[in-house]
Amino acid sequence: MLHIVNKSPLDRNSLDTCLATAQPGGALLLIEDGVYAATSGNAAAGKLTQAMGQMKVYALKADLEARGMADRVLEGVNLVDYGDFVDLVAEHATCQSWL
Amino acid sequence: MSEGQIKKFMYVNRKAPHGTVYALESLEVVLIAAAFDQDVSLAFMDDGVYQLKKGFNTKGIEVKNFQPTYRALDDYDVNKLYVEKEALDARGLTQDDMVVPVEVMSRAEIGKLMETQDVVLSF
Amino acid sequence: MNIGILINEGPYTHQATDSAYLFARAAIEKGHQVSRVFFYHDGVNNSTRLTEPPQDDRHIVNRWAKLAQDHNIDLVVCVAAALRRGIKDENLAPGFRISGLGQLIESGIQSDRYVTFGD
Repeated sequence: MLHIVNKSPLDRNSLDTCLATAQPGGALLLIEDGVYAATSGNAAAGKLTQAMGQMKVYALKADLEARGMADRVLEGVNLVDYGDFVDLVAEHATCQSWL
Repeated sequence: MSEGQIKKFMYVNRKAPHGTVYALESLEVVLIAAAFDQDVSLAFMDDGVYQLKKGFNTKGIEVKNFQPTYRALDDYDVNKLYVEKEALDARGLTQDDMVVPVEVMSRAEIGKLMETQDVVLSF
Repeated sequence: MNIGILINEGPYTHQATDSAYLFARAAIEKGHQVSRVFFYHDGVNNSTRLTEPPQDDRHIVNRWAKLAQDHNIDLVVCVAAALRRGIKDENLAPGFRISGLGQLIESGIQSDRYVTFGD
């Protein structure tokens, strides 16, 4: 299934709970403030990199750009646009937004 | 889809009561959902487990006490309530603190159940 | 595919409704159908016609209404949540309608995919 996280990992525990709950083979899409987790030097970078062994990780490029963080995206994170967001939703039978 | 199809709906509650309206308004959704004869389950994770902590007394904050409504869920045949074990542990709570009968599960077990749903709604 | 959307937050304070709008527009461009958008919690505030953002800002209410009109999207505002927050037919923007929570469940049943945007 597709997991969507829109919270900064340093503000809320949404990413932590998502990663602890998600089953292998799923996908994680970071949007809005969630994209900060996908940037190098962020305290959450380690756990996100670790999660990449279990699931594909995507981040919304427009949200990274809006926040001035598009130049420091963690290796292994796939950048996507809103059309790709739609494709991810269509490809997975269910999605959960970790609000 | 055909008429009369039964889908599996999971409602994920991760917010504490009273501080925000999400607990109350998601409970209102569940009550309506019960009338649709769908397969309904509720997951309480993170601060959402506080929604079920026994003994709400909301007189002092002058807000309606909606806790009795959780006890009414069974009357609506909503009886699949899953509570995250790690969330209880992290908050010094146990199953005995819960206002209604629940099934305590690990996050991973809730994650497996989530995978089997048709619709996951989170508030 | 038939995609249903739930919006839990109001305009301008949270990004949720912006993300939902851009998602819905992209879904339509990809040939999917967005059958219904359901507005709940503070999300009901996306529907008041009294909204007047500054000239140089996006008009969140009007652009939902336009997208809905152009692509036949049912914009449904939860009645209970709306009345709590002072949204009634008299200040409802064109293109929106007020109805019950059953419309949310029905959308979940009828949609192939259901996506929630909130805080």
